[in-house]
Amino acid sequence: MNPLSLYEKLWQSHVVREEPDGTALLYIDRHLVHEVTSPQAFEGLRLASRGLWRRDSILATADHNTPTTQQTVIADPVSRLQVETLDDNCRRYGITEFPMGDHRQGIVHVIGPEQGATLPGMTVVCGDSHTSTHGAFAALAMGIGTSEVEHVLATQTLLTRKAKTMQVRVEGALPPGVTAKDVALAIIGDIGTAGGTGHAIEFAGSTIRGLSMEGRMTLCNMAIEAGARAGMVAVDDTTIRYLKGRPYAPKGSQWEAAVAYWRTLHSDEGVRFDKVVTLNSETIEPLVTWGTSPEMVVVVNGRVPDPALEPDDTRREGMERALRYMDLQPNMAISDIAIDKIFIGSCTNSRLEDLRAAAVILKGRKVAPNIKLALVVPGSGLVKEAAEQEGLDKIFVAAGFEWRNPGCSMCLGMNDDRLLSGERCASTSNRNFEGRQGAGGRTHLVSPQMAAAAAVAGHFVDVRTFLD
Amino acid sequence: MKQFTSLNGLVVPLDRSNVDTDAIIPKQFLKSIQRTGFGPNLFDAWRYLDEGQPGRDNAQRPLNPDFVLNQDRYQGAQILLARENFGCGSSREHAPWALDDYGICALIASSFADIFYNNCFKNGLLPIVLPAPVIDQLFQSVANQPGYRLAIDLVAQTVKTPEGAEYGFSVNEFHKYCLLNGLDEIGLTLRHADEIRAYETRRAQSEPWIFGVSA
Repeated sequence: MNPLSLYEKLWQSHVVREEPDGTALLYIDRHLVHEVTSPQAFEGLRLASRGLWRRDSILATADHNTPTTQQTVIADPVSRLQVETLDDNCRRYGITEFPMGDHRQGIVHVIGPEQGATLPGMTVVCGDSHTSTHGAFAALAMGIGTSEVEHVLATQTLLTRKAKTMQVRVEGALPPGVTAKDVALAIIGDIGTAGGTGHAIEFAGSTIRGLSMEGRMTLCNMAIEAGARAGMVAVDDTTIRYLKGRPYAPKGSQWEAAVAYWRTLHSDEGVRFDKVVTLNSETIEPLVTWGTSPEMVVVVNGRVPDPALEPDDTRREGMERALRYMDLQPNMAISDIAIDKIFIGSCTNSRLEDLRAAAVILKGRKVAPNIKLALVVPGSGLVKEAAEQEGLDKIFVAAGFEWRNPGCSMCLGMNDDRLLSGERCASTSNRNFEGRQGAGGRTHLVSPQMAAAAAVAGHFVDVRTFLD
Repeated sequence: MKQFTSLNGLVVPLDRSNVDTDAIIPKQFLKSIQRTGFGPNLFDAWRYLDEGQPGRDNAQRPLNPDFVLNQDRYQGAQILLARENFGCGSSREHAPWALDDYGICALIASSFADIFYNNCFKNGLLPIVLPAPVIDQLFQSVANQPGYRLAIDLVAQTVKTPEGAEYGFSVNEFHKYCLLNGLDEIGLTLRHADEIRAYETRRAQSEPWIFGVSA
């Protein structure tokens, strides 16, 4: 038999039919739904008098618009209507939903894995580009548009084409102070935001095997920022340990059968990828983005690059535009950039491990006086409860952070958590696009411990100077 | 879905690479539960000098005179000329909805992000990939010739310039068929409902833990 990549195994096991031009009907096992990209899909079903194909495949939650303060009713009527529309649709179609107020509610990409609703060997879709997160479980997980959400609701399939395969191998031990977030940014800095376009990325190598599931999720989450619709990691003991006992995970004899199958979910020896990229993790340092694209990234001890040195016209103009938007000068030291707000959260970095890592830095320290607001937004109600049991909330609050309720929050500012024009943020989220966190806001992407260190210093600083 | 067969349209150039869907339609407009009405807020942060909010009268807002969509010569444009990795970032289908609502029918770029590219076809928009040197040439032509139009023929898969140059482009057969006929993909897929059910039966035997489980 020909050796197969993990992606090819997942693809083959889900093809219902394939047309001669390569368009395939791919069966979808898990459909995650949130309030922003689903209302028009449900409406489309009703207009066409169509029903749901398989309701038990769906898990829904409200996350983008939900307030992170103690507010139980959303003040903005437009946001409120969107959340209520999701509640109505879930009631009407009998869909399991963790609504606002449910202690399991949270960011859709945090709660899926937390519930064991994301399992190895599954196809997972959601009307959200960061669905790539779930690939950490050796699932084929892809973000889709609203028309595709409707297509999956009505047919349980996705019309799609096979992607090319790309292996990103990261070898070596992660140096202290360097995290999965830095690995993700290093990869994007290396291959660019279009480097993975048309490809499904498999992350492999000893560094990846050494990551926790949380770290693998952070990495796969940002596959989309490298242009790849899907990112994935093979199953190993870490995967299986994480899943055991989760509410949706198989139990008893089914668990044994599932584990036996899941153990086959890795790329075969000798398989060829369309593209291979190799990184040595020992050379990765804590990173900070300086521009308006995640590929515009530099080491914390480095300087803002000089566009004058860029030979390509379009790229140079892009760098100049980014520096104007970010209000930065070429060759300025990254550690001289002062910050207004801190955001620790998002589907990239809001899990327990992320909060613990930030708390280690903040314990016994205080947020610098120039920081107007430091927010920590746990990824789910369960993450919040677990963090409180460990006393992490007390460490954050003592340092001067606000300890909030779960949701997408200031990653994209669809609720009240936003940057004002001109404000600069050290953010653990995934996108530093113009206006992403609020019109005119300036985002620098970093790891949770780097965000915590920046909060204490009031400017970017090498987190390694905080470690013993 | 609306059909697309051919188009002879005015071209508007957006000379930036990595244009993300947050720029195409900012987050505050994603709170709508409708599919229409996004056109006035297309490229909102670049197009207006103030900050847009849902429900505001866009006709009363100050326009950014430097932004291409606000220049007289590009009014009524139906073809958007762009650079590499257009439509990257968020999967929001509000981006093609906004382009469509504004009046854009086709996009030409050296590359598109995957999710955006797919979303275009679901809404009767045709995204065309041409080589970077051709894109460079087209940007120059548009800049030098007010009223510059291109003729797109989906059947022949060609883009023709007023100077007489002709560029072929590729599009997969299924997308082409759906666009030419304005077909609803869900209806097409449901013709294979029996195959989907047969597949489900097989999977329910080999991986029973996938089915019928809830928390």
